[in-house]
Amino acid sequence: MDPVGLLFFLVGFLIMAGIYAILCLALNVQWGYGGLFNAGIAGFFAVGAYTSALLTAAPAQTHLGGYELPVLVGIIAAAVTAGLTGWAVAKICIRLKSDYLAMASIGIAEILRMVIVNEDWLTNGSLGITNIPRPFDGLLQGREADILFLAFVWVIVAIVYLVCNRLYDSPWGRTLRAVRDNEDAARAVGKDVDSFRLQTFVIGAALMGVAGALSAHYFRFLSPEATEPLLITFLVWVMLMAGGSGNNKGAIVGALSVWAIWSLTEIVTNRLPAEFATRSSYIRMLLIGLLLQFVLQKYRSGLLPERSPGIAFDKDKDKTHG
Amino acid sequence: MMEFINFYLIPGLALGSIYALGAIGISMIFGILRFAHFAHGDVMTLGAYGTLTAVWVSGLHPLLALPVGIVFAVLAVLAVDKVFYKPLRELPTIYTVIASFGVALIFRSLIQLVWGSQNEVFIRGVQKPVVLFDLIRVSLLHLEAIAIIIGVAIALHYFLSRTQTGRSMRAVSDNAELARVAGLDTEKIVRATWIIGGSLAAIAGVLAGLDTNIQPNLGWNLILPMFAAAILGGIGKPMGALLGGMVIGLVEELSSYPWLTDEPLINPSYKTATAFLMMVILLIFRPQGLLKGRLF
Amino acid sequence: MSPLLAIDGLTAGYGGLPIIDNINLLVAPKEIIVVIGPNGAGKSTVLKSVFALTSILSGSIRFANQEIAGIATQKLVPMGICAVPQTRNIFPSLTVRENLDIGTYAAPPRNRAEVEESVLTLFPDLKAKLNQPAGELSGGQRQMVTLGRALMSEPKLLLLDEPTAGLSPAYLERIFDLILAIRQTGITILMVEQNARQALSIADRAYVLVNGRNFASDTGANLLANDEIRRSFLGGSRPS
Ligand SMILES: Nc1ncnc2c1ncn2[C@@H]1O[C@H](COP(=O)(O)OP(=O)(O)O)[C@@H](O)[C@H]1O
Ligand SMILES: [Mg+2]
Repeated sequence: MDPVGLLFFLVGFLIMAGIYAILCLALNVQWGYGGLFNAGIAGFFAVGAYTSALLTAAPAQTHLGGYELPVLVGIIAAAVTAGLTGWAVAKICIRLKSDYLAMASIGIAEILRMVIVNEDWLTNGSLGITNIPRPFDGLLQGREADILFLAFVWVIVAIVYLVCNRLYDSPWGRTLRAVRDNEDAARAVGKDVDSFRLQTFVIGAALMGVAGALSAHYFRFLSPEATEPLLITFLVWVMLMAGGSGNNKGAIVGALSVWAIWSLTEIVTNRLPAEFATRSSYIRMLLIGLLLQFVLQKYRSGLLPERSPGIAFDKDKDKTHG
Repeated sequence: MMEFINFYLIPGLALGSIYALGAIGISMIFGILRFAHFAHGDVMTLGAYGTLTAVWVSGLHPLLALPVGIVFAVLAVLAVDKVFYKPLRELPTIYTVIASFGVALIFRSLIQLVWGSQNEVFIRGVQKPVVLFDLIRVSLLHLEAIAIIIGVAIALHYFLSRTQTGRSMRAVSDNAELARVAGLDTEKIVRATWIIGGSLAAIAGVLAGLDTNIQPNLGWNLILPMFAAAILGGIGKPMGALLGGMVIGLVEELSSYPWLTDEPLINPSYKTATAFLMMVILLIFRPQGLLKGRLF
Repeated sequence: MSPLLAIDGLTAGYGGLPIIDNINLLVAPKEIIVVIGPNGAGKSTVLKSVFALTSILSGSIRFANQEIAGIATQKLVPMGICAVPQTRNIFPSLTVRENLDIGTYAAPPRNRAEVEESVLTLFPDLKAKLNQPAGELSGGQRQMVTLGRALMSEPKLLLLDEPTAGLSPAYLERIFDLILAIRQTGITILMVEQNARQALSIADRAYVLVNGRNFASDTGANLLANDEIRRSFLGGSRPS
């Protein structure tokens, strides 16, 4: 590969890794902080992606809107709609135990997918939405514009990271971990466990919406295929487990390393004889599945384990939230 | 009326049989190993492809080649349990749930690697419907599915209430620690669970494949209605799951019957959503299921 | 006579954290041995250690002169040890007959019908309820089901954890009578009890456990007569 090609391969890699990093940070808020098993990441991602796409795309007959609003407005709206969806989901499912929450969240994500595929007037169905802008469009042309978008994505990653870190260290975060590690004790000292969980779920869902919006803007095109649960939900779970759930740096490292494996295997499998090349994505899926098993058995706490081992509940620590 | 029976009731019962066969295994695994087995749909797919290969090699009818698919699926789940699930057994079950997601992915990618991702069919050409009394015209497959589920219901009831292994399985599902104290061989019971769950999943996979066609997402697409069925029947209650499967299948098919107006009650493209919706509603209002299963 | 069960210097607990420390305890064949002590003293932990449900840090447990510390739970039933846990000790959705049947799976008795007959003679209340789910029975009847299940494999040693917990006084008397009747059939009994006074009155010998340590041990009668024990563990007043 020539140096320029390599550079742009790297740019594309880092953009996607950044989007996955946001998803991982979001899942870390839900699972790492709150112990909530969300198996419907793709659903919130899709809500965010479609919100921002419809608000910012050029007007079109084939779907709702195309309101040509600024990208930033689209992204904020994506966070709001995904957060609201998360709120509605959490409102009904938050009390469910982990396995049941997993089933319910997958179920809801699947219903959302069905709506996206079937409601042509809203989303143009499987044909998708085109002409989705990027921020600073026109400033740079062609592939150079990717570099600009890369910077944009990672600025957002940095913001999300800082916010998540603040949340972790705040009294709110401490209480949340206490709820995660010992729900009964938390309830016993009068914490409103359900409301803490609801907040966690909503924050995570909103961030997933932001990631969805970014991906729509990156590809400038959005169809139901972009919300394939395999590529979103599965991969993000593997990333977070590998990186270290409970640790925000771990979430980012997990996203980068697993996405690196995913991308590098693409390079390798593309060089296989044509007969195999068509099946390369299955080999990658297989590898990711095996990687997950390896992590679960040998590196359960991930590359960067959580800083403080799950703290025991201490009722004197954060009276502010009592 | 005849239209209702031919196009909604019988297909609903047939679909219900497929769900029921999968849900029985899900419910048993949830009751005994205490985790939601998200790879169960893909076990169905494996059973379908195993049978398909046997059909290619032998030229037999799929239902006669079924034992090959069953053995294939059972060997796969036993291997997966040993390699991927057993090492996590002492940990919180959520790790096993995550592992089962990974296994679903592994199964599906292996299927795509070996068989490709194109649609395959068991039997080419249009099947003639069975005509009864000049009025009822239904597909033979649907009748076969219903006959199979009746047979399975009888065998399962006998197994669970009369045999030592069946009773031990119910005991572990009821109270695992006491079962251990009473000296029951938990690993043997776990093995029996996988063998039964895997076999029934393979049958379900073949029926589903006969009903439409065979493709790598065959089972995954059915996992949520099957979970719904298992929850409906009460987790850890295999007979309940069987009933739950029939109910979910019927509801799904009947939801697009023109009950109120000339239009289908629910747009057929949202047929599957009714099952998901039922599951979510159940989880919220009656997680113990209709038959009072276990609450985790 | 060599003891049937000999616990020697046993330190055990959960997840590496010791709960009981250097416990010594002997059970001779055909004895009824009672363990009493305040709540949380580690009484259940002693029984669970015999049954390999704790992590054993040091010490030995010998059953019929064979070391059993660390032997898997499911191997103990065939050796002749049966246990009745303190709580959750029946299979609620299984019928009474099925509950009893489970007792025979790990160690099939020589003559199943005969054993069931003798168990039902001990617990005639269960006869009418054989086909009812055990979860529908009253507390006392459940206790009989779980005792019956344990007896179905004809054990040599029976471990009972608070068999009278939560029972009405009428049932309480009956359970103690039943325990004596079980011993009559030649079964050795090691039991933990909260109703210490009655338990001591049927005990051959008893151990008092405090804070995970041996505090006292003597014959049941001597402990009942001991002022200090009475004050601290039997609620003070002299039996009338
Ligand atoms: N499964 C367990 N895991 C951790 N600690 C336990 C467990 N069971 C009991 N404990 C602790 O061990 C101590 C002794 O318990 P136990 O043996 O049940 O007391 P007793 O039966 O004398 O009332 C208690 O402090 C209890 O909290
Ligand atoms: Mg106790």
